[in-house]
Amino acid sequence: MPQPVIAARQLTKTYGDFTAVAGIDFEVAPGESFGLLGPNGAGKSTTMRMVGAVSTRTSGELSILGLDPDDHGPDIRSQLGVVPQQDNLDQELRVRDNLLVYGRYFGLSRGVVAERADALLEFAQLADRAKAKVDDLSGGMKRRLTIARALINEPRILLLDEPTTGLDPQARHILWDRLFRLKEQGTTLVLTTHYMDEAEQLCDRLVVVDKGRIMAEGSPAALIREHSSREVLEVRFGSDRNAEAAGRIADIGDRLEVLPDRILVYSDDGESALETIAHRGLEPLTSLVRRSSLEDVFLRLTGRSLIE
Amino acid sequence: MTSLDTAHAADREDARRALAGGTAPRRWGAWYIAEHRIRSMKGYAGDAIFQSLGNPLIYLFALGVGLASLVPQGVDGVGYLQFVAPALMATAAMTVAANETTYPVMMGFKWNPIFFGMNAAPITGGQIVGGLMIHIALRTLVTVAIYFGVIALFGAVPEPTAWLAIGAATLTGMAIGVVLATYTSTIEEDRGQMAMLQRFGITPLFLFSGTFFPLEQLPGYLQPIGWASPLWHGTELGRVLTYGADEPLWLTATHVGYLTTLIVVGLWATRRRFTRRLDK
Amino acid sequence: MTAAPASTADATAPLTRQRSSLYAGNTGAVIRRGLLATRSTNYLVVLSGFFEPVFYLLSLGVGFGALVGTVQTSTGTEVSYAAFIAPALLAVSAMNGAVYDSTWNVFFKLNFSKLYQGMLTTSLGPLDVALGEILLALLRGAMYAIGFMVIMQVFGLNLAWTALLAFPAVLLIAFGFASLGMAITSYMKTFQQIEWVTFIMLPMFLFSATFYPITVYPEPIQWMIQALPLWHGVELVRGLTTGALSGMMLVHVGYYLVMIAIGIVFTTNRLRVLFLK
Repeated sequence: MPQPVIAARQLTKTYGDFTAVAGIDFEVAPGESFGLLGPNGAGKSTTMRMVGAVSTRTSGELSILGLDPDDHGPDIRSQLGVVPQQDNLDQELRVRDNLLVYGRYFGLSRGVVAERADALLEFAQLADRAKAKVDDLSGGMKRRLTIARALINEPRILLLDEPTTGLDPQARHILWDRLFRLKEQGTTLVLTTHYMDEAEQLCDRLVVVDKGRIMAEGSPAALIREHSSREVLEVRFGSDRNAEAAGRIADIGDRLEVLPDRILVYSDDGESALETIAHRGLEPLTSLVRRSSLEDVFLRLTGRSLIE
Repeated sequence: MTSLDTAHAADREDARRALAGGTAPRRWGAWYIAEHRIRSMKGYAGDAIFQSLGNPLIYLFALGVGLASLVPQGVDGVGYLQFVAPALMATAAMTVAANETTYPVMMGFKWNPIFFGMNAAPITGGQIVGGLMIHIALRTLVTVAIYFGVIALFGAVPEPTAWLAIGAATLTGMAIGVVLATYTSTIEEDRGQMAMLQRFGITPLFLFSGTFFPLEQLPGYLQPIGWASPLWHGTELGRVLTYGADEPLWLTATHVGYLTTLIVVGLWATRRRFTRRLDK
Repeated sequence: MTAAPASTADATAPLTRQRSSLYAGNTGAVIRRGLLATRSTNYLVVLSGFFEPVFYLLSLGVGFGALVGTVQTSTGTEVSYAAFIAPALLAVSAMNGAVYDSTWNVFFKLNFSKLYQGMLTTSLGPLDVALGEILLALLRGAMYAIGFMVIMQVFGLNLAWTALLAFPAVLLIAFGFASLGMAITSYMKTFQQIEWVTFIMLPMFLFSATFYPITVYPEPIQWMIQALPLWHGVELVRGLTTGALSGMMLVHVGYYLVMIAIGIVFTTNRLRVLFLK
C-alpha cells in the first residue's frame, strides 16, 4: 500500500475557548478523491487551512507528503493547489495576468508560467476571456479561474473548500466536469462541501464531520449502506397533522424521521411502505419514494439537516 | 496510536520533491511579490507618471517662486528654494509610501484578500511584507529621482553630494511606510481610520517637520513633533547632502540611525503582524 | 410618479406642474436623511476636518510667519503673515469640505448606493435632492467655519468688526463649490475622473493668493488665477477679516452667485436626464 499523502492524528484547532476541530484522524491516499462533508461551522474550512499549511494546529499530528507543516510550510505549499471558499483573485490584474503572477510565486520561470497559463485557460474554458478584467467574470468563471490558478504549479494535491457554493446549477455541472477530469488524470483531490450530491459525484471516500468531530467514514455507497436503508419514502400530511400521523406509522419501515414539514420513512421497499400507510386509512398530501442519500446518513448521525 | 513519522521524510520521493519545490520561493519569495505589485501598476501607470511629474512642478512653482518671494533674505544661509527642495523630495517619498501602505494593505487583507492567496502559495507573511517594501522602495526611488531631476533644472542642488538626497528621501519614505503598515495591518474594519491617519498623522508630519521653515521657528511645545518625525530627520539629512547645511556630525548620524532603526523595528513588527493575521 | 400632490397641481397650468415635478418643496426630508446617515458614521472623522486649517495656521502662520513678518494685501494694507493666511485657510476649508461632499460623496451615492434613484421614485423632485445635498454640505462647512473663526479670534487675527461678515461669505463660497462640484460629478463615470478633480484643486489651493500675493507672478498668470473661483473667495474673506473693504468685493460675491446658479441648473437638469426619463 502506498504511503498516504495526508495523515492526521488527533488533529485539533482551538480559538480561545472555541474548539473548531476536536481531535480528528484521517488519511488520504495518493490519487484519491477525499471529501469532508458537513454543515457550515463543522470545522471543515479550519481543517482545510491546516492541511493547506497556512494555519498552525493547536495539537495533534499532521503530515503532508511526509512533512510536518509546522517546519515545512513553504515546501508543502509548493506541492499544493488551493481553491479557497472566498475567491481571492487579484481584481487589479486581468485574467491571464492572475495566472502569470501566481505561477511566479512557485519560482517557475516566466516561460513555463506563460505556457501553462495558456493551457490552463483552455482547460478552464476561459481562453477567450484571457484579457478580461476579473470583476467582469461571472461567479462560475471566477471559480474556474481560481481552479486554473491552483493548477499552475502542477500540484500533487488539490484542496477545494466549498468549490461550488453560490454557483447556479449549470455552473456547478461545468465545474464538476472539470474536477472529474483532474481526478481521472490522477490528481489527489481533497474537498469540503455541504452538498451531498457534490460529495456523491466527486468523492471516492469521505468523512462526515459535525462540530469538529468525525462522525463516520467510508465511500458514499458504503456510508449509505451502513447508516441508512436502501430507499426512503417521504410523506407530507400537512404541518398540523404530521406529528399525529407519525405516531400511527411509527412501526413501518426500519426507522422514522419526523421533520417540521414531512416524515421520512426508511425502508428497503418504499412503495410497499406507502401501500401499508394507505391500508391504515391515512392519505398523505404528497408522497415520494427515492434512494437513500448522504443527506439521510447525516440526518441519522447528527439528527440534523446538512443545510439548515 | 502510532506517531506519524515526519523525521525520516527525506526517504520519501514526494517529500524530496516538496523540499526542492520550496527552495526557490524560500529564497526569492519577496521578489516575486514585488514583481506582482509592479505588474499591478499597469492599470494606473499613466496617472502615476503624470502626477509624479506634475506634483514637483506645482510645488516648486508655489514654494520656490511664491513663498520664496516673502523671504528674500533666504533661510539657513541659502535661497528659499534650495532650503525647501530636500523637504519636498522627502515629502514626496512620504506620500508614495503612505499611498502604498494604507488602503492597499487593508485591501489585501479584506476587500480583495490577495495576501491570503499569496500565503496559500509558498510565500510567507514576512515575504509579503518584504515584497511590498521592495516595491515601495522602487516606486519611491523613481518618484524622488524625478523630483531631483526637476529640482536640478531649477538649479537648487549646489553640492556634488546632492544626488545622495535621493537615498535620504527613499529612506524616509521606507521608514514612514513600515510604521504605517505596522498599524494598517491590524485594522479589521474600516471606520475612517485611514482618514484620521491622514488628518492626524500625515498632514501634521508635513506641516511640523521643518519642511517650510527651520524647526526652531516653531514654539517650543511643537518642536518635539519634529524630533520624533521621520520626515524631519529625512529632510535635515537631505539638507546636509544638497547644500551642506551646517549641523554637527552626531546629528547627521542620528538622522541616519533614527530612520534605519524605524525601518528595522517597523519591518520586524509588520512581518509579525502579517504572519499572525494570515495564520488563522 | 412624478405628478405633484393634487393640492398644488393645476391641470390648466402646465408651467406650474412642470416646475413642481422638479421641486416638491421637501428638501427637509433629504437633509434629515443625511443627518441620520452622518450620525451612524464615525463623527470623529467628521469632526477631524476642523483640525486641518488649524494645523496649517499653526505651522505656516506661526512657524513660517516668524521668517516673514508682515505682508501687503491686495488693497495695500500691511498685516502679519498669520492674519494674511488665516482668511485664506478659512476659504480653503470651505472649498475642501464642499468639494469633498459634492464630489466623492455624491459620486458614491449616484453610482453605488443608488440612493438618489430611491429618493426620486418618491414624491421628491431632483431639485429637492440637489438642494438637500448642497445644504448638507453647507451645514458641515458652517460648523468648521465657526470653529476656525473662534480660533482666529483667540489668536487675534480678526482685525476688524467686518470679520463677522466672513461667516456668511464662507457659506457663499461653500455653496458655490458644492453646487458646481455636484454638477460636475453628475457627469462623471469613474473614480479616476474624480481623482483628477483633487489633482486640479492642488494648484488652485497653492496659487490663489492663499500663502503669498499673486503679484509674484507675471500678468498673464495672474489673470488665469483671477478667473478661478478660489481667488475670489480668498480675497473676499481676507477683505472682511482684515477690514480692508473695496468695491471689488461685490464682484467676488457676484462671481459666486453666478457659480451657484450655473451649478444648480446643470445639476437639476442632469439628475432629471439620469433618473426621470
